Amino acid sequence: MIENIDPGLIDWSRAQFALTAIYHWLFVPLTLGLSLIVAFMETMYFRTGNEEWKRITRFWMTLFGINFAIGIATGIILEFEFGTNWSNYSWFVGDIFGAPLAIEGILAFFLESTFVAVMFFGWNKVNGKFHLLSTWLVAIGANLSALWILVANAWMENPVGMVFNPETARNEMVNFWDVLFNPVAVDKFLHTTSSGFVFASMFVAGISCWFLIKKREEQFARKSILIAGIFGLASSLFLAFTGDSSARTIAEVQPMKFASFEALSEGKQNAPLIVFGVLKHGEKNIGSKNLPGFVFKIQIPNLLSVLTEGNKDAYVPGIIDRVNGNPEKGIISVAEKSEKGKRAMNYLLDYKKARENKDNEQINSLMSKFKDKDFRDNYFRFFGYSYIKTPDEIIPDIYGSFYSFHLMVVLGFLFILIFALSLVFLFNGTIENQKWFNWIVLYSIPLPLVASELGWILTELGRQPWIIQDLMPVSVAVSNIGKGSVQTTFWLFTILFTSLLIAEVSIMVRQIKAGPTH
Amino acid sequence: MNSIQEMIKSVVRFYADGFRNMSGWGRKAWLIIFIKLFIIFAFLRIFFFHDFLGEKFKDDAHKSEYVRNNILKPGN
Repeated sequence: MIENIDPGLIDWSRAQFALTAIYHWLFVPLTLGLSLIVAFMETMYFRTGNEEWKRITRFWMTLFGINFAIGIATGIILEFEFGTNWSNYSWFVGDIFGAPLAIEGILAFFLESTFVAVMFFGWNKVNGKFHLLSTWLVAIGANLSALWILVANAWMENPVGMVFNPETARNEMVNFWDVLFNPVAVDKFLHTTSSGFVFASMFVAGISCWFLIKKREEQFARKSILIAGIFGLASSLFLAFTGDSSARTIAEVQPMKFASFEALSEGKQNAPLIVFGVLKHGEKNIGSKNLPGFVFKIQIPNLLSVLTEGNKDAYVPGIIDRVNGNPEKGIISVAEKSEKGKRAMNYLLDYKKARENKDNEQINSLMSKFKDKDFRDNYFRFFGYSYIKTPDEIIPDIYGSFYSFHLMVVLGFLFILIFALSLVFLFNGTIENQKWFNWIVLYSIPLPLVASELGWILTELGRQPWIIQDLMPVSVAVSNIGKGSVQTTFWLFTILFTSLLIAEVSIMVRQIKAGPTH
Repeated sequence: MNSIQEMIKSVVRFYADGFRNMSGWGRKAWLIIFIKLFIIFAFLRIFFFHDFLGEKFKDDAHKSEYVRNNILKPGN
């Protein structure tokens, strides 16, 4: 039976995890993207032998190094939190979460202790080919390292490739490839890493524009903008493509999240795509939750139907369909899912009783039941609905989901425009004269990071109340620990991470002002 | 055998030279890394982030039983 958990403890545990994850993510995207940009630059040096490319490479490598050093180990705290604050969850997910995180840890260790050292200490000590190879391996390794974390996160949103074992109370991996090639994982990896590429490209372009504004290192700045502009434009176009693919996957595996970030209260045929809008208190409620309407909206007719189903006449289910069900469209209601979930829950209860009575025949029969595909696909997959008291509980924060999604998308299109313009001005030789544009790019440096954080907020906020989609709500995942301890560490993390951020920015600013070495 | 020893020596020399000739920002970065790791492992881990199940139970069977009971609905 669930222990009596203070709702305040759940909120503080969530806030602490959100704080740690958001701060951790301030450092990661730059590592992912800048490592590749540096590798491109060093490749240019290796191929041309032009010493200017070496200066450029070493300057950006220094900034990469600062970010890498400050960000290192900030993710470990998240792992601590799993074991302390989220012990039911950590145990329940079993090796599915542990295996990818272990691979990530080993990969990161070897990467950090060997190739990063060659990258920084190896200039003029190892041959050029080996140095370049090390730089590329750091870039590839950093991105592959992110893959495993994202695979673990994707499983929480679309749990696949596992069987629940009632004896161990854990989900056990039965198909590694299903976990690795989970469609959510594939989309998430491509979308998330490319968001890091866009941030790093904006970072390089923005700082290079600062040099142009200051009329310093103009050749260095133009060459840097060339790499950042091409890589940034390619990455931001790819980001739009993976974003579209990601949204279609979400429509399939997390339909309530999809309906919420589109603020689609009622299902529609010929559903329009909302480009942007402002929400207001709506006329309809489901339980205690209000379904918002629009103060105004800019929309493209039929596009949501086309994007989700490839057909303008397609029906796109709304929040009401997902709560009440729509038999005509083959959508089952929360009440039906709860019934199925309760049946799975009762089997687990029967298992517990069979163990207490040492009834081996019943134990074996129930073990087989939990392995049975039909039971898994039709009952256990709704296990989490057995905790749902009222159907409106499965509706996430619609305002938060809608705004985080739409702001992210608007920013994404702005990045395409900025990178395209930077290349136009670079190739027509006027970039030094476009002061207004240089200032825009400089001030746009944080925007890709904002968009990336909004993406994570959407991911995590939009799947509430679930910590594991349809299997476990957040309230069941939390450990019964003292709220005071969580509050204390929340403020400690705020101080620690803010100090790290200040240290990073101040060391970086000093290095940028110093400029590339001669 | 000698060639392995030479290789190990040159790797050690490589790291030692690298650290000795490190730039100002490199030294600051290492200082920050050490302070951060100290705070994380010697302070946060020891005083705040205990292994909740590991401290309560000695073996996996008891952990399983605890979590199984925990995830069963109230009233069951």
